[in-house]
Amino acid sequence: MSGLLALIPIALFLGALGLVAFLWSLRSGQYEDMEGAAHRILDDDEGPISEEKQKSE
Amino acid sequence: MSCCAPGVEAGAALALQNTPEADDDTLLAAARDLGDGTCQLELGVPDVHCATCIRTIEQGLGGLDMVEHARVNLSTKRVRVTFDPKKGAPSKLTATVRQSGHRVMLLDAIVEDEDAKKLSHLVRALAVSGFAAGNIMLFSVSVWAGADAATRDLFHWVSALIAIPAVGYSGQVFFRSAIGALRHGRLNMDVPIALAVLLSLIMSVFETARGAENTYFDASITLLFFLLIGRTLDHMMREKARGAVKNLAQMAPRRAVLVKGDGTREAIAIADIEPGMELAITAGQRVPVDGEVKTGVSEADVSLVTGEAAPETIKPGSELLSGTLVLTGAITLVAKQRAEQSFLARMIELMEAAEGSRAGYRRIADRAAEIYAPAVHLLALIAFLGWGFISGDWHLATIIAIAVLIITCPCALALAVPMVHIVAAGRLFEAGIVMKDGAALERMGEAGHVVFDKTGTLTQGAPSVTEQFFGDAAALSMAGKLARLSAHPFSKALGIFALGDDVFAGETHEVAGQGIEGKDEDGIWRLGKKEWCNGAEAATQAPRNAMAQSEVWLSYNGNPVAAFALADAPRPDARIAIEALVAAGYEVSLLSGDRIGAVEKLAAELGIKNVRGEMTPADKVAHIQALQAEGENVLMVGDGINDAPALRAANVSMAPASAADVGRSAADFIFTRNSLTAVPATLELARKADKGVRENFALALVYNIVAVPLAMAGFVTPLIAALAMSTSSVLVTVNALKLRFGNPWLTKRRPTSRASSSRAEISHPEPAQ
Repeated sequence: MSGLLALIPIALFLGALGLVAFLWSLRSGQYEDMEGAAHRILDDDEGPISEEKQKSE
Repeated sequence: MSCCAPGVEAGAALALQNTPEADDDTLLAAARDLGDGTCQLELGVPDVHCATCIRTIEQGLGGLDMVEHARVNLSTKRVRVTFDPKKGAPSKLTATVRQSGHRVMLLDAIVEDEDAKKLSHLVRALAVSGFAAGNIMLFSVSVWAGADAATRDLFHWVSALIAIPAVGYSGQVFFRSAIGALRHGRLNMDVPIALAVLLSLIMSVFETARGAENTYFDASITLLFFLLIGRTLDHMMREKARGAVKNLAQMAPRRAVLVKGDGTREAIAIADIEPGMELAITAGQRVPVDGEVKTGVSEADVSLVTGEAAPETIKPGSELLSGTLVLTGAITLVAKQRAEQSFLARMIELMEAAEGSRAGYRRIADRAAEIYAPAVHLLALIAFLGWGFISGDWHLATIIAIAVLIITCPCALALAVPMVHIVAAGRLFEAGIVMKDGAALERMGEAGHVVFDKTGTLTQGAPSVTEQFFGDAAALSMAGKLARLSAHPFSKALGIFALGDDVFAGETHEVAGQGIEGKDEDGIWRLGKKEWCNGAEAATQAPRNAMAQSEVWLSYNGNPVAAFALADAPRPDARIAIEALVAAGYEVSLLSGDRIGAVEKLAAELGIKNVRGEMTPADKVAHIQALQAEGENVLMVGDGINDAPALRAANVSMAPASAADVGRSAADFIFTRNSLTAVPATLELARKADKGVRENFALALVYNIVAVPLAMAGFVTPLIAALAMSTSSVLVTVNALKLRFGNPWLTKRRPTSRASSSRAEISHPEPAQ
């Protein structure tokens, strides 16, 4: 029983972490071009989405 | 066309300097000021399709000094550029993209519209409800598995802690819609949804406080989760359709060039044009307002305006309607009307007046909700009163009444329609058909009479070369080289017919109304009218195909060396499509603004019996309304400005991607591929979808017939509720997925379709950028 007291918060925390991560990725525009992302992986020279992405938001 | 190689249009682009994409003022007006001295511009790049395309465009733009950031979006086929307008002209951006071998188009200014915001809110609501549903289900399963008293209460409290904020956030979509409907004294599907979700939540909190055995937190939140999936997908579908429509080339002119009294020129907005103003219009531009030609001789393509296929010669004194495309020489035009009184604006007025048949249409889901919602509420009330009076236990009666509401919550019913529409839209999208709205699919399913326009709908809307009836292959290649320097539709057709992409190397100039003339070391080449090329005598020896409408000649130092026949050919598969429609039991008619002779010839060729020619836009509307008065549901397929009112008057409408802007916005469906089989394909899918929706309703009804007596008898536990609701939702979704299969029009793979569609884009009457 005492195990539950620790496990429930941990489970909820991990779930919430996933939710926050999803909302963050949504906001930072990672789902805006799913097709492009699939092709960009073939590109060697590509940098990160870059700080300039912020400006375009 | 090989991957990313510059296409034929690269040559044609030489002839067109004055497109909106090359005009700095237009580009700047479309850009968004970011406030820190930089601007952001979104351009359409319709041909990008691979990693190499992305790289060439991004590196090309990134190499410019003025560009701060450029990113291609492959899903929407657009590139977003952030640039500093002080460091260079924006036309450099479009020129750079074009040089890398891609077509580029100007899109409307970026407007963050309401719907885009709503979609992102829906996705967030979906994420929150998904998280909550997962966690609450975790606790519920533990309770069902037999957690004992203290643990059960703890689990219920934790569930409540998650469910209350989650429902408060994710449920807003439904609560708002329900309140809106109630305020207007109506019931929609969202009313029973909102009631079930809220009541189950409130009851569960009370039960938790009492330490009772059963709570319905999981039902409340999974219900929301399922419904939000449907709603989000529905929005995504519409967003995708809107994006696809926006990506089609804009045709209406955005600005006009005013010629002032002292001969200087100035770009002005279309809305600022006053009657009497003198406007300069170059080859390849559309006439912005109705007016009269003052100087210059040229040819004009009126196919989108009146439906007439053959280009007209225009000279000083000719009257032009707005939307007419000037083909060869530059002209000056004296405006006779303001923009809002021009032909285009009059068509929009006619369109609004013709709206009748649609405003009266009520969506099938709304019709179902109007029967369903009161029935459900009545059943819950009966359960409440019945149990209350019989047992005298009003607490129990409340719980049972709420259980009835939960179990009858139209989860399956609310998914029944959108799921089918989403699957159908996805299927059509793959076939190059854009569906703007689910209601259109319902109306399409009811259509019984198909009315076609001729020019640009049954035909390609642009001439193509049917044969070379005089001269040899060397002459053909020379004709192609000359033709690629001109924007005239005949030249474009010839440029494609001759294959290759090299252009004439010497000096050339266009002779308005005659053709194009090129000079090299040996002599003078002329490509144009028969008389201009002295072809009369040669023509008597070389008979041409009777089907052809026009011809183009090539002469060398005054001697004819080649001749080509051109015709506005029917779209590929036009005949197959019409035959399929007739075989499927549809009535087929042809209404055209073109001469009756030309119309009847095409009708005979395609096997259409009901034919009308020389119809004005108002005639078309009247004809459709007469059909509707006889009880027919009419599908109108058309492309021109003159078709727009008819497209709106019909019960449902389709337009090709090459249609005029106003026609595209009036149409419910837009087919982007060249083949006319899009029409029977869509009709067949719409009928299937209609059947799918009805089956889904039947499934939901069967589910209710089983579940409602159980709920009213008081046998429903949270476990049964969860199982029943999930099963019915999944069943409805699976049934909708059936639409992914079958329909030979959409599954048939045509190896040539790719090549023919890219050809069609080039031979399109619009100026290729």
